[in-house]
Amino acid sequence: MTAAIAHYNFAYLDEQTKRMIRRAILKAIAIPGYQVPFASREMPMPYGWGTGGVQVTASIIGPDDQLKVIDQGADDTTNAVSIRAFFAKVANVATTTHTSEATIIQTRHRIPEETLKTGQILVYQVPIPEPLRFLEPRETETRKMHALEEYGLMHVKLYEDIARHGRIATTYAYPVKVEGRYVMDPSPTPKFDNPKMHRSQALQLFGAGREKRIYAVPPFTDVVSLDFEDHPFEIQHFDEPCALCGAEGVYLDEVILDDHGGHMFVCSDTDFCEDRRNHGHRGKLAGHPLEAAE
Amino acid sequence: MYVAVKGGEAAIANAHRLLADRRRGDRSVPALRLDQIIEQLGLAVDRCMGEGSLYDKELAALAIIQARGDLIEAIFLVRAYRTTLPRFGYSTPVDTGKMLIERRISATFKDLPGGQLLGPTFDYTHRLLDPTIAENGAVAEGERRDADAEQAPRVTDLLAGEGLIEPDGVAENGEVGDLTRSPLEFPLDRDLRLQALARGDEGFLLGLAYSTQRGYARSHPFVGEIRIGEVDVELDIPELGFAVNLGRIKVTECQMVNQFKGSAKAPPQFTRGYGLVFGQAERKAMSMALCDRALRAREFGEDLAGIAQDEEFVISHLDNVQSTGFVEHLKLPHYVDFQAELGLVRRMRAEYEAKQAEGDEPLQEAAE
Repeated sequence: MTAAIAHYNFAYLDEQTKRMIRRAILKAIAIPGYQVPFASREMPMPYGWGTGGVQVTASIIGPDDQLKVIDQGADDTTNAVSIRAFFAKVANVATTTHTSEATIIQTRHRIPEETLKTGQILVYQVPIPEPLRFLEPRETETRKMHALEEYGLMHVKLYEDIARHGRIATTYAYPVKVEGRYVMDPSPTPKFDNPKMHRSQALQLFGAGREKRIYAVPPFTDVVSLDFEDHPFEIQHFDEPCALCGAEGVYLDEVILDDHGGHMFVCSDTDFCEDRRNHGHRGKLAGHPLEAAE
Repeated sequence: MYVAVKGGEAAIANAHRLLADRRRGDRSVPALRLDQIIEQLGLAVDRCMGEGSLYDKELAALAIIQARGDLIEAIFLVRAYRTTLPRFGYSTPVDTGKMLIERRISATFKDLPGGQLLGPTFDYTHRLLDPTIAENGAVAEGERRDADAEQAPRVTDLLAGEGLIEPDGVAENGEVGDLTRSPLEFPLDRDLRLQALARGDEGFLLGLAYSTQRGYARSHPFVGEIRIGEVDVELDIPELGFAVNLGRIKVTECQMVNQFKGSAKAPPQFTRGYGLVFGQAERKAMSMALCDRALRAREFGEDLAGIAQDEEFVISHLDNVQSTGFVEHLKLPHYVDFQAELGLVRRMRAEYEAKQAEGDEPLQEAAE
């Protein structure tokens, strides 16, 4: 009995399921930003840990693909390691940490710094696909609001932010409007990454396993962050460059160095940072290149 | 020099190795066997099969051992295996009226055809810890008797004879939904709702059922009947043109009978809440029946007075595999988003302190 369990299909999912998911993906691409319900499967990792992204990746991946998996921008965070190992095992595909080499990049919470190219697919793991969920908890209501393009509530929320805090207090999962029609949750990426979605050459697919939704932004699609004329959308800026590679204009993680308030900022995108250091860029805490080599 | 933390792969491998070690525990203690779990922790196996929605005792027992006794983890293991299995078809409805009964009680009638049969129940035991179990004392065999020639019809069928209770529903075009094969769309039909409830977390449903008894959507329930036993599972084979018997499974069925004063469309009659669960799972079946009835409020035009009547709320949150996954995902790194929040709070804090430093007037409350 138990010996028979060992066999799994290429990329884990059975072909019927893959076909069902591919249909949902095609529909999602045809209606950019629209959340397509799909019969999400139980996966061998927990709901909320990337089951939506894993199902999307499993449905589109082929033996010739090069897969990159990041979490928080890094290839070596535990869950990224776990998902990459999963596909290496069940699909036997080549994996990479280099953004430019990857044909499929599965991500949680970040978009790589390096501009994506035609032919690449970015697969987002999405916890709550509904951008209106925290304004209206009922799915029956929010679906109606999307159908009627009734997004006033979202603008009221953003306005109230400005009235209370002097600015829009949403820093991640910042809502966007896709191709002038659907308001969409970009998944919990920092709003820093929102402009990268706009007219990207890459295909962007979003999978929410627990909530059973797939949505997509096809290449060269308008993705505009919601804002007001007198309070235009703006992204985060960091006062200092990356302490390891000296990069500016990238998203940084704060690393606490001691218990006296000492901290440093380093690139969140580890591949980007490594690549820069390999090309000789040095931040203030990177040490001398010769020292590092020894 | 700061070195970015690496080595996630090695850390994960080591953690899993330690987990396997802790699961096995002291090697001088004999390892558990599947048959020990099946025979002696049968109700845990039943819960695992029910909420895992896969009737396979050996796999459930394996999952329980592998999960170190954490039943939600075990249910998850079973579900993740079940999802990979091909579907051959859907069985014909099981006939619980023809059940080989091990336990059957009714709270609505003192006696009834087929009689009351207590069966293997914790009811009326005194909850005193029994040291003889720890000493592995001898246990007497159960009393056996020949099967009763008298049939034990379902209480709801007896009441239906008088037309006092709503009849069994009929599935539209004879097909039942399957939430594991198609996405849910609210509002649900009752078949899908019952499937969701049958897979739902026992503790969650118990709490909701309890809330209906305490006034949050009271439905005046009586236990019409609880029956536990084995039923035949039959599958229609198109090539043969008739149903063949695949085997027997043990199930627990609970039929709650509830008052209904009638409406413009229906005469005064009793309504029903239904619970059906794999194995012996009485608490779950009763909770399911109470929740099923509460969720029919709209159907009967009843006031919505409690959370247990809110279909979208109940069905969206009753699945423990989904719930535990999303609650526990908070353990995953979130430092990119936290950094974004940190930046915002620092900026707002700096503005606040600058204003305070100006000193002349304190910050105005919005209401002033």
